[in-house]
Amino acid sequence: MKIAVCIKRVPDSETRVKIASDGKSLDEAGVKFILNPYDEFAVEEALRRKEQAAGGEVVVIALGPAAAQETIRTALAMGADRGILLQLDRIPMDGLEVAQALAAELKGAGFDLILFGKMAIDDYNHQVGPMVAELLDLPCVTTVAHLEIEGGKGVAEREIEGGVEVVEFPLPAVLTADKGLNDPRYPALKGIMAAKKKPLEVKSVSPGGGARGLEILALTLPAERKEGKIVGEGPAAVPELVRLLREEAKAL
Amino acid sequence: MSHVLAVLEQRDGALRKVSHEVVTGARRLADALGGNVDALILAAGAVRGADQLGRFGADKVITLTNAAFGMYAPEGYARAIAERVQSGGYGAVVFAASATGKDLAPRVAARLGRPLAQEVTDLAVEGGAVTVIRPVYAGKALLKLKINGAPAVISLRPSVFTPVERPKAGTQESATAAVPAGRVIVRAIKAAEAGTLDVAEAPIVVSGGRGLKEPANFKVLEELAAAFAGRAAVGASRAVVDAGWRPHADQVGQTGKTVSPTLYVAVGISGAIQHLAGMRTSKVIVAINKDKDAPIFKVADYGIVGDLFEVVPKLTEEIKKQHG
Repeated sequence: MKIAVCIKRVPDSETRVKIASDGKSLDEAGVKFILNPYDEFAVEEALRRKEQAAGGEVVVIALGPAAAQETIRTALAMGADRGILLQLDRIPMDGLEVAQALAAELKGAGFDLILFGKMAIDDYNHQVGPMVAELLDLPCVTTVAHLEIEGGKGVAEREIEGGVEVVEFPLPAVLTADKGLNDPRYPALKGIMAAKKKPLEVKSVSPGGGARGLEILALTLPAERKEGKIVGEGPAAVPELVRLLREEAKAL
Repeated sequence: MSHVLAVLEQRDGALRKVSHEVVTGARRLADALGGNVDALILAAGAVRGADQLGRFGADKVITLTNAAFGMYAPEGYARAIAERVQSGGYGAVVFAASATGKDLAPRVAARLGRPLAQEVTDLAVEGGAVTVIRPVYAGKALLKLKINGAPAVISLRPSVFTPVERPKAGTQESATAAVPAGRVIVRAIKAAEAGTLDVAEAPIVVSGGRGLKEPANFKVLEELAAAFAGRAAVGASRAVVDAGWRPHADQVGQTGKTVSPTLYVAVGISGAIQHLAGMRTSKVIVAINKDKDAPIFKVADYGIVGDLFEVVPKLTEEIKKQHG
C-alpha cells in the first residue's frame, strides 16, 4: 500500500500568541514548533496500514519554510519512509492555494491513500484535505475517528452532532484524521537516528501566482474578558449565583 | 447587487436548528450587499421547517431533491451546490461550520476555484468586499480577512449568529437535482443517546475536569445538565478525555471543540490555556473550583470557590426551581 501523509509545521498548542510588528502575523520569536497534532494521527494510521499490508511506502509531504524539514524528520522518526518538502517562505492563508500545490505534487503518483489531519491547530482552516480530493477527483471522508479497509474499499466513522456517520468509500481516497483514530507512537531513539538518513527531497513552490483571493487585514488579540467576581464560597453562594445569572447576566 | 446563497441542513427530513443561524448571517450579508437571500436545502423530499425560513430573512427557499439526498451525500451535494452557485451568480455562499458544513464547504469552494473562510464569527461588507473575522490559534487570536472577488464562500461557527426574526417572503421553490450521488456513501447514522445535545451546538454547556476525581462522578454534571430541561450538554477537559473518562466528542479545547454557548459552567477545571482557547467566547462563564487561585477564575464572570460535590447538587436544585 502506497500512502501519502500531508503534514504541517505549527506553533505548539501551549504557545502564548504575540502579534508581529506588521499587525498581520504571529511573532515567531521564541515560539516552539511541532508536528500538527492531528497530523500525528494521520502518520500513525499510515504506518499501521503499511504494517498490516506488510509492504508499501509511507511518504510524508509538507508545504512550508525550510524549518519544516524538522517536522518531516519527526514523521520519518515515527517510521515514514521518505519526505518531500514543498518549500516557500510563508504558508498561504488561502487553503485552496495550499491544496493546489499539494495536488500538483500528488497527482499521478499512484497513492492508494492520501491522509491529512482534520485541521491545523494554527490557522484552523479545516479545508485542505477535501480540497485536494476535489482537485484530484478522489473520494474523500473527513474527520475520520474509526477506519476499516479491506479489498479496495473502506468504511469510516466520523462524528457528527449527536451521532456518528458510517461512511463507505472506494480506494484510492483522501481521508482526514480526527483524534481518537489511533494512539500515535512516540519516535524511539532508533527511529530518530534512522530518520536522519532517510531521503528528504526539497522542491521550491510558489502557489497562487500572487493573486490573493484572501487578504489578511489584521491579526489581533481577542478582547480580554472582564475579570469576573467570586460570588462566594461553598453551596451557600449558589442562590446568589442563580440570581445573578437570571437578573444580571440574563443567561437563564 | 449581489444575492447570497444560504446552504442549510436537514436531518431525517427536518431542518436543523443551525439553519436559522445561517439564514441570519446570510441576511446580514445580503442587506449590506443590497441583495436577496436564497436558502438552499438538499433533501430526498419536502423538509419540515422550510416554510418558517421567511421569518428569519429568506426571500426564497429552494429545495433541491434527489433520491440520494436523504442522508448527506458529499459528492452529490457539492456538485449540486456548485452548479447552483454558478448558475445563480451569487455574491456570497454561506454554510454552517457544522460537521457537515465543514466537510461540504471546502468541496464546493474547490469546485468554484474560490478561497474559503471557515468558522467565521463576524462578517461585514467594506468597500464592496466581504470581510470576516475568524478565530485562529484556538481562539488566542482573531484574524480579519478580506475576500477578494465573488462569490465569497464562508462557514459560520455554530451558536454565534443568534437567529433574528426579519420577515421576508420565503417563497417556496422545489427542483430535482440531476446529479450522481457520488462514490462516498453515508450508510447510516449511529445516533447518540436520545436527547443528547452536541457540546458545539448546545446553548448551555456544563464541563468537568480532573476535579471530578473519577468517571462515575460525572453523574453530578449530568444531573445539572438535565435540570436545564434539554438545553444543556456535558463537556469535558482534555485531561479527563485523555484519561478515557469521557468520549472525545465531549472535549472542549484546542484539540477538541470550540464552543460559544450562552452559558458555560466549568466544574473542577483549572483552566489550562488549551482549555480556555475552546470556551473563552462563551457569553457567560461560571467556574466552580476548590482552588481560589485556579486560572479559570480569571476568565469566569462568576465564580464559586468550594467543593464541587457540595456546590453542584445545590446548583442543580436551584436550577430545577427555576424550571419548576
